[in-house]
Amino acid sequence: MPTNILMPALSPTMEQGKIARWMKKEGDSIKSGDILAEIETDKATMEVEAVDEGVLAKILVPDGTDNVAVNTPIGVIAGEGEDASAAASPAPAVPATQHKPEAAPVAAEAKAPPQPAPAAAPAAVAPDPEIPAGTAMTTMTVREALRDAMAEEMRRDGDVFVMGEEVAEYQGAYKVTQGLLQEFGPKRVVDTPITEHGFAGLAVGAAFSGLRPVLEFMTFNFAMQAIDQIVNSAAKTLYMSGGQMGCPIVFRGPNGAAARVAAQHSQDYTAWYSHIPGLKVVAPYTAADFKGLLKSAIRDPNPIVFLENEILYGQSFDVPQIDDYLVPIGKARIARPGKDVTMVSWSIGVSYALKAAAELEKDGIDVEIVDLRTIRPMDVPAIVASVKKTGRCITIEEGYRQNSVGSEIAARLMEEAFDYLDAPVTRITGKDVPMPYAANLEKLALPNVAEIVQAAKAVLYR
Amino acid sequence: MASVQSSARPKTARKSAADSDAAAPFTGSNIAEFTREQELEAYKMMLLIRRFEEKAGQMYGMGLIGGFCHLYIGQEAVVSGVQLASKEGDAVITGYRDHGHMLALGMDAKGVMAELTGRRGGLSKGKGGSMHMFSKEKHFYGGHGIVAAQVPLGTGLAFAHRYRGNDSVSLTYFGDGAANQGQVYESFNMAELWKLPVVYIIENNRYAMGTAVTRASAQTDFSKRGLSFNIPGVQVDGMDVRAVKAAADQAISWCREGNGPFILEMQTYRYRGHSMSDPAKYRTKEEVQKVRDEHDPIEQVRSRILKANMATEDELKKIDAGVRAVVAEAAEFATNDPEPDASELWTDILK
Ligand SMILES: Cc1ncc(C[n+]2csc(CCOP(=O)(O)OP(=O)(O)O)c2C)c(N)n1
Ligand SMILES: [Mg+2]
Repeated sequence: MPTNILMPALSPTMEQGKIARWMKKEGDSIKSGDILAEIETDKATMEVEAVDEGVLAKILVPDGTDNVAVNTPIGVIAGEGEDASAAASPAPAVPATQHKPEAAPVAAEAKAPPQPAPAAAPAAVAPDPEIPAGTAMTTMTVREALRDAMAEEMRRDGDVFVMGEEVAEYQGAYKVTQGLLQEFGPKRVVDTPITEHGFAGLAVGAAFSGLRPVLEFMTFNFAMQAIDQIVNSAAKTLYMSGGQMGCPIVFRGPNGAAARVAAQHSQDYTAWYSHIPGLKVVAPYTAADFKGLLKSAIRDPNPIVFLENEILYGQSFDVPQIDDYLVPIGKARIARPGKDVTMVSWSIGVSYALKAAAELEKDGIDVEIVDLRTIRPMDVPAIVASVKKTGRCITIEEGYRQNSVGSEIAARLMEEAFDYLDAPVTRITGKDVPMPYAANLEKLALPNVAEIVQAAKAVLYR
Repeated sequence: MASVQSSARPKTARKSAADSDAAAPFTGSNIAEFTREQELEAYKMMLLIRRFEEKAGQMYGMGLIGGFCHLYIGQEAVVSGVQLASKEGDAVITGYRDHGHMLALGMDAKGVMAELTGRRGGLSKGKGGSMHMFSKEKHFYGGHGIVAAQVPLGTGLAFAHRYRGNDSVSLTYFGDGAANQGQVYESFNMAELWKLPVVYIIENNRYAMGTAVTRASAQTDFSKRGLSFNIPGVQVDGMDVRAVKAAADQAISWCREGNGPFILEMQTYRYRGHSMSDPAKYRTKEEVQKVRDEHDPIEQVRSRILKANMATEDELKKIDAGVRAVVAEAAEFATNDPEPDASELWTDILK
């Protein structure tokens, strides 16, 4: 029986990839473990090993083909002496073993970038009024925007250095620091041992002395090892020293859920850090904001917790072609103007809000989306201004409900816009459970578009 | 692989780290032969882990397993040899590279695989996944996703053993990368101070993700990492299951006798990437191939068995077929078992 070689999933977030090149030709014999092809994933170029033995009877997807979906048959392996031409006949789409439709597709949908991915995302976000009309734009991924921001600031200021696990030689666990070692060398792009508490403290000490560390946590889940240095040392020393010391440092890395990595790798820490006086907390959504805000963060004289999102890394947005593009910390942006209901979110939450707004538009409901961008200091006036217009507010975040950022926004609106509210502020949050691994449960644990749509209708009494 | 040293291994455990500094590494050349039963048991155990992990790799590629999936291929002799030296009641704890530990403990392959696919028949009901599995019955305390978090936890298991006054030990596994976390040394200090029965088993597979040991560690002889706490340690050829068993015998009896902790540096190698999404550009294919060709832990046992006429090719083929059947059954179960019921989202948060 000829067997199909399927496009493999090579990372938790991979949905499609490119066949960079085949390492075997049609007619070559194949042993299990042989390298069949090189495939470019969302993160890296990977080698695909054979699991079946026989002869490579047919290559179905040639070198250089882009956007090949996971599980597409890409070639056929026939047993020795089998008729290769028979094998080439149209292959069944998926092998029988793989029919568990709920699993992968569901998880993918829960986390997937706005569909169709790269093109739609920027179109859905209203242009930033701060960017002069007619400014030329470049399309780039969030990953590239972050890298460019670091590179520009490193060129500008010799005191800026990048440190973290796998940031240099490996080019970043999520490839965010790609190319930095090559440009700036090992003195300024420093691979650390796995010792978060140690290197966070070390970087805070370096910042006390005036250097400007950009510290990458492989994910913010691991920053919990280091949170004492972030809170007790970085955030409080300016105050404790009566203003003498300072700590110009950026703690950055992916925060929140990725895909199917379970409880210890999926937590959203936005509310945690936003609780701390002495820290600024930034969590952008678009590539332009990631770039402009990271540059501002690196220049800021204070400790900044800069929260990224793994799902957003591969998404593309328009970024203005402006030299030294800076976005001010502490200012929200209207991601979609509207008049009926306000949705406040940040980071990947904005993508949920945009999708919900598109749904609601079909029912004639006009949503205004406030992309907070900075969580602390919070741009409360921007939220209040929007709520004065709509009279309704829904907050959207992946973090837990109790003491969420949404709880804080609700309280601020009671204090500052009570008379303008026509309905209670509604919080859409992650469910109050450790993140489950199972695909169906993970989907249930995260906020989803349907519940946002429902909440919007509820606050509009529809 | 592990450098072959010809000096004889110490007959008795050393009483101080200064002495253990002089202890010879455990290597194939100076370790007692296994009996036929031991060779066959080790062979079966390691083969089960290998075939299970290969299947898991395939299922990941098919999208049946999500998230991170860290395979144990290449390191089979470590957990197998230690398991042969331990007894019922000993606690085991490790990091995320945990499938092999569970299989060696005799946990059901179907339950392990179904956890990898996130199904209700998984050992954590599908809620933990590859990195987070447990078994109260087998005294297996996980499966931990945070590098080195298991080291103080394992020390606490030893504390509980001593508190209860039983002679069980804690077998606490962690990686060469994990060995640089501060909490490891906080644990070492308490373990020696309170003479806790914990064997620290450092699985030195030469890399922590893409970082070679020499790029992350000032002291690359991990058997010496307990020196300043007076914890004895030895280096072990972790590709030779007999060397692992012999070293574990010594370390475990040291702990059972109430002498405090012991460190075993297992020199081993992982053949696959760190996880499924590792492009593995930090080492050459030749390096991997050389270890596979010259030090494969399963091949070593296989050729010894055949050379000593402990079993025929046919008998080994039967074992192979039996192992494949177990793995196929596990994969089948894990593919068709339903996902957890939606109500499970809200269970097990508090007792
Ligand atoms: C505290 C923490 N930091 C970082 C990570 C990400 N991470 C997972 S495994 C790993 C490498 C660990 O290497 P090692 O201890 O040698 O174990 P191995 O994977 O080789 O078995 C890293 C950096 C993590 N899970 N937890
Ligand atoms: Mg390692």
